[in-house]
Amino acid sequence: MESAAQFTLSCPFPIQDYPQILMAHGGGGRLMHQLLDNMFLPAFSGSTLPSPHDASVFQAGNTRLAMTTDSYVVRPMCFPGGNLGSLAVHGTVNDLAMAGARPLYLSAGFIIEEGLRMETLWQIVSSMREAANAAGVSIITGDTKVVDKGKGDGLFINTTGVGIVEHPLSISPQSVQAGDAVLVSGDVGRHGMAIMAVREGLAFESTIESDSASLVLPVLDLLRQGLEIHCMRDLTRGGLTSVLNEIADASQLGISVEEKHIPVRGDVRAACEILGLDPLQVACEGRFAVFLPQSQIEAALEILRRHQVSAGATHIGKVTQPSPAPRVTLRSVIGAQRILDMPSGEQLPRIC
Amino acid sequence: MKFIDEYRDSTATKRYAQEIARITTRPWTLMEVCGGQTHAIIKFGIDELLPKKIELIHGPGCPVCVTPVEIIDKALEIASRPEVIFCSFGDMLRVPGSQTDLLAVKARGGDVRIVYSPLDAVKLAEANPQRQVVFFAVGFETTAPATAMTVYQASQKGLKNFSLLVSHVLVPPAIEAVLGSEGCRVQAFLAAGHVCAVMGYEEYFPIAARYRVPIVVTGFEPLDILQGVLMCIEQLEIGRAEVQNQYSRSVRQSGNRPARELMARVFQVVPRKWRGVGEIPMSGLGLRHEYDGFDAEHRFGVAEIRVEESSECRSGLVLQGKIKPHECPAFGTRCTPEHPLGATMVSSEGACAAYYRYRRSPKPVTS
Repeated sequence: MESAAQFTLSCPFPIQDYPQILMAHGGGGRLMHQLLDNMFLPAFSGSTLPSPHDASVFQAGNTRLAMTTDSYVVRPMCFPGGNLGSLAVHGTVNDLAMAGARPLYLSAGFIIEEGLRMETLWQIVSSMREAANAAGVSIITGDTKVVDKGKGDGLFINTTGVGIVEHPLSISPQSVQAGDAVLVSGDVGRHGMAIMAVREGLAFESTIESDSASLVLPVLDLLRQGLEIHCMRDLTRGGLTSVLNEIADASQLGISVEEKHIPVRGDVRAACEILGLDPLQVACEGRFAVFLPQSQIEAALEILRRHQVSAGATHIGKVTQPSPAPRVTLRSVIGAQRILDMPSGEQLPRIC
Repeated sequence: MKFIDEYRDSTATKRYAQEIARITTRPWTLMEVCGGQTHAIIKFGIDELLPKKIELIHGPGCPVCVTPVEIIDKALEIASRPEVIFCSFGDMLRVPGSQTDLLAVKARGGDVRIVYSPLDAVKLAEANPQRQVVFFAVGFETTAPATAMTVYQASQKGLKNFSLLVSHVLVPPAIEAVLGSEGCRVQAFLAAGHVCAVMGYEEYFPIAARYRVPIVVTGFEPLDILQGVLMCIEQLEIGRAEVQNQYSRSVRQSGNRPARELMARVFQVVPRKWRGVGEIPMSGLGLRHEYDGFDAEHRFGVAEIRVEESSECRSGLVLQGKIKPHECPAFGTRCTPEHPLGATMVSSEGACAAYYRYRRSPKPVTS
């Protein structure tokens, strides 16, 4: 790995491909992974290998800690099932939980656009406090900046989280083994469709509310009960499809899942059918996938289903032998196999 | 989910597949016209359930794919102007023009917006009287009535800041172009159910008679498609060539009369270029002269833009069913969803996109 001093100054992206950042570079799909792999990881790989995934685990004295950071820019700021504040806490504590860490502390940075209504800010801050209390974390430091009207989009929040790792497991894609079971903690695609419905003014018969929630309790419960978790990943941008592809690529193993076992709520499916979107690629904010030995499926499901946030946990598939890309396959409801490919960028609604 | 799950039932699909296998005695080649059907076939693996004697080839029915590169370049030119709010259906944004695409224009500051209904563009024009709002009117007979409604409403409201870049195309001339092309192997058609929901299927009677091909109006779910295939094979095996309606829960013979009347009031049938295929006579819809004032090509002076298509992209052959996507030398190598040579690789209904996304290789995936 090159040191920072040797790091080349020429841009690692062929400029003719993407001379500008596109929205898809933040969409959780292939373009975002190219940005991480070609620009950020080579630039920031110093003495410690940064983790491109949810959180980095590192040693401090005799203690293993985990750290992560995330910025929240969602529009609209308030949506059915949550707001920017609760999301900013859930997202960061979930990233810590996915590394198997118990979240301890958060920082909160606010970039506020001049003119934001004080009442809106209070609503968001109150939600942050409630979400932090529920997840058992304290917000212990922060920062506030106000930018000129027109130079921000109401409010951006960054949260950084630190957690403690209290088990000996190595929870990472490299620990995933052929034969492992793949579980998902509940119905997928709800957050993305809730946001899209509000943002685009789409009126469906029922309100789709976001699944935004803390995953800390079920994860800590799985760890406390001594389950041999190989890997966990929360399903955010790019949805279940993106997560399965990331794990498969990182472990070089195949993954096969059963479409009929993947839970998608009826209203989410209906909205996706209308718009031509794939619910397996739509973002969640309170769902995760777990990889563990087949022998522990029942025990894990029993634990997950004790918690409201993961009451809909199901077994959706298995890890298979090492496989060249594309590595993730799905058995369709009528029984045929197909590729479940990494989404390319943002999903776009179709014409007809 | 009601009205979806019933049509994806695995027991019923197997029964249909068995019945198709039972009655098939010879090799037959069928074309599904619509890209939505192509995606369903590849996504659900419907072709894997069919006997090897039956080949499904993928037709030209993807409106995004057949929009000529020239029109895309006109769209890019208009969308780049500071006074313009350019409204488009989502899946046009990634379609490559000769140099760039609408997503890149948006990244450079162009005001490009995704609309879910063409009427949203009219609302935008009303709400932004100081801006020029342009709607990119693409699609087959399915989207044309909604486009016609925008023209009707804008005209009723006297909106001066609303116009359309029109590239509507028609299915029956495309079917005739396929049938009339050299080396055509298609022996029967699955016609696009949603197009027929608007237009009915009377237009297909003369085509079925002239070319001696069965045409079955077919829906989009696995059971619809299998039943459509079964109806085609039943006809082929006994030497008949009729128009039948599989999608009777949505389609009537005369279609949707108010929609057709509105289309006839606003549009006239015109020759239209098809990407990768060339000009097909009487295959498109253009604004009638009394609505010339809404024509964005004239308003923004882009009518004269002429562009040659990429010589490497073979989407024309894919769209005519002459090659399968993976038979193109650029497939998956020089042409991917991130770097498409043609629209068939990026449209949600494009055959190349379906193969890349769900299948990648000519053989179905095995576990």
